[in-house]
Amino acid sequence: MEKLDRKLGFFSSIPLGLILAISFLAPLFVVALFSTMPQKVFSLGQLPDFSSYKLFFNQGYYKSLLWSLSMALISTAILFFICWPLAFGMAKVFKKFTLVLTIAVVMSLFVSENIRLFGWSLTLMKGGLLEGHLRAWTGIALPSLLYNTGIIIFGLVYVYLPFMLFPLAQGIAMVPEDARQAAADLGANRWQILLYVDLPLSSPGIMVGSLLCFVLGAGAMSESKLLGGQSVIVIADDIETAFTFGQNWPLGASLSMILIIIIGALAIYGINKIDLDTVMGRKR
Amino acid sequence: MNSSKSTQIILFIYGLLVIVFLYLPLISVGFASISKARYLTFPIKRYSTKWYMKAMESETVYAIITTSLKVAVIVTVISMIVAFFGALAFARYNWRYRGFFQKLILLPIFFPQTVLGLALLMWFNSIGIIPTWKTAIVAHLVWIAPIATLIVAIRAYSFDPSLEEAARDMGASTTTVLKEITLPLLMPGIISAGLFAFLLSWGNFPLSLFTTGADSTLPEWLYAKMVSGYSPLVPTLGILSVASSFLLVLVCIALISFYRSIQNKIN
Repeated sequence: MEKLDRKLGFFSSIPLGLILAISFLAPLFVVALFSTMPQKVFSLGQLPDFSSYKLFFNQGYYKSLLWSLSMALISTAILFFICWPLAFGMAKVFKKFTLVLTIAVVMSLFVSENIRLFGWSLTLMKGGLLEGHLRAWTGIALPSLLYNTGIIIFGLVYVYLPFMLFPLAQGIAMVPEDARQAAADLGANRWQILLYVDLPLSSPGIMVGSLLCFVLGAGAMSESKLLGGQSVIVIADDIETAFTFGQNWPLGASLSMILIIIIGALAIYGINKIDLDTVMGRKR
Repeated sequence: MNSSKSTQIILFIYGLLVIVFLYLPLISVGFASISKARYLTFPIKRYSTKWYMKAMESETVYAIITTSLKVAVIVTVISMIVAFFGALAFARYNWRYRGFFQKLILLPIFFPQTVLGLALLMWFNSIGIIPTWKTAIVAHLVWIAPIATLIVAIRAYSFDPSLEEAARDMGASTTTVLKEITLPLLMPGIISAGLFAFLLSWGNFPLSLFTTGADSTLPEWLYAKMVSGYSPLVPTLGILSVASSFLLVLVCIALISFYRSIQNKIN
């Protein structure tokens, strides 16, 4: 039986394994190679000189990276506070409403993120849904709410809300009710239960959610393009420009590599820490 | 431990507000799509459905929708097959590299899609493939096949391996077990994975951006128009795209509940 399991497991991993090998690992390898090439070449047949990594520091690309990372960090923190009460409600309080919420949030994911962000720019622009109606009804004209750093963070919070909400709810659902009850019986108040029972026991969910939001936010581009109107250049934007207008693939590749290394290290660290079998509910 | 009535009500209202927050931009897009003016300002003075008529007649629109559909359908079919086997390797069988395999699958999900798209562009270029809508299928699969696998894996976690063992003890071959026991048991998971795969591919933009070459998918076309040269067709096509996704979900939910009620009657 065990022998058969081992064989079947190996064989059934092949299709997905192949897809990931040829379209995930191989491309990453090519990016790594390209990043070492001299400027503005389009083939890998040159001697590596690592010159584009120098540009990262010399030409100020590190600023874009810092912007991306700090905006991702801030939006992740905001998302944690916004999503915690709702995730708690979904895991412990609501009954049928949890299903309604889940369907509503999942359905929103099926809408292309640029349509939703475009909707926000229609809502918040001067003469948009909010400002236009406010002015028509009260006569007060507001300045445009778009094109600043705050609105980019708002966009990140909006787009990545589901990626925080669901892992958090899953994490909180894993907190055994007995533990909370016991703490309450021993005289813990609401905040103490939150701090010493709920938060530590739901940490796998907290970690997955925060990691997803941070990582995806750090590599995001649409928010700054559609809402921020280039008020801040993010690293993904620089990468895209290097490939398109700049026609400098090694530069784009080295910027990508720097982002990939930061994100990859975080993701691998986080993924290694969680036990997927418990999170996803394997039967023992 | 029951939370008090007031906490329940506050959380409920909070949940409703979050739903409103998620869908408010779509309301704006909806209004914009039926505004008569070419350049939009709120409050909207005159409504018309002329942009919908224009969208129906346009040949560009027809071409991009066909491209999007082709990509989404092929991605769905491949994802469903791959996810069936992938989920078994992920959740069901105990084999040596299961832990590694699980982690490998998660990595593409934890990855910025724009960067992934660019990496694929370089890869295609260095092995001499010119990007078209076919390469976009590969790009979508990198991200969607792992998600589909996770969805089927949830189902695979919850089924009882002794059913397979019983069949095997009675002399069924490995393929018979897979076909007659495992596949039907995982079917609900595979169907929802297919639905997710279709919708995620249909709405995906960052992966398509660099991998479709001269072809264009619907979200890509919308983005191009949003960034440069606004077209009144943007809100219209946006709404059409969203409406078709939601319709598909509703049809699937209806079909599933219809199927269940028939099964209940038989039993």
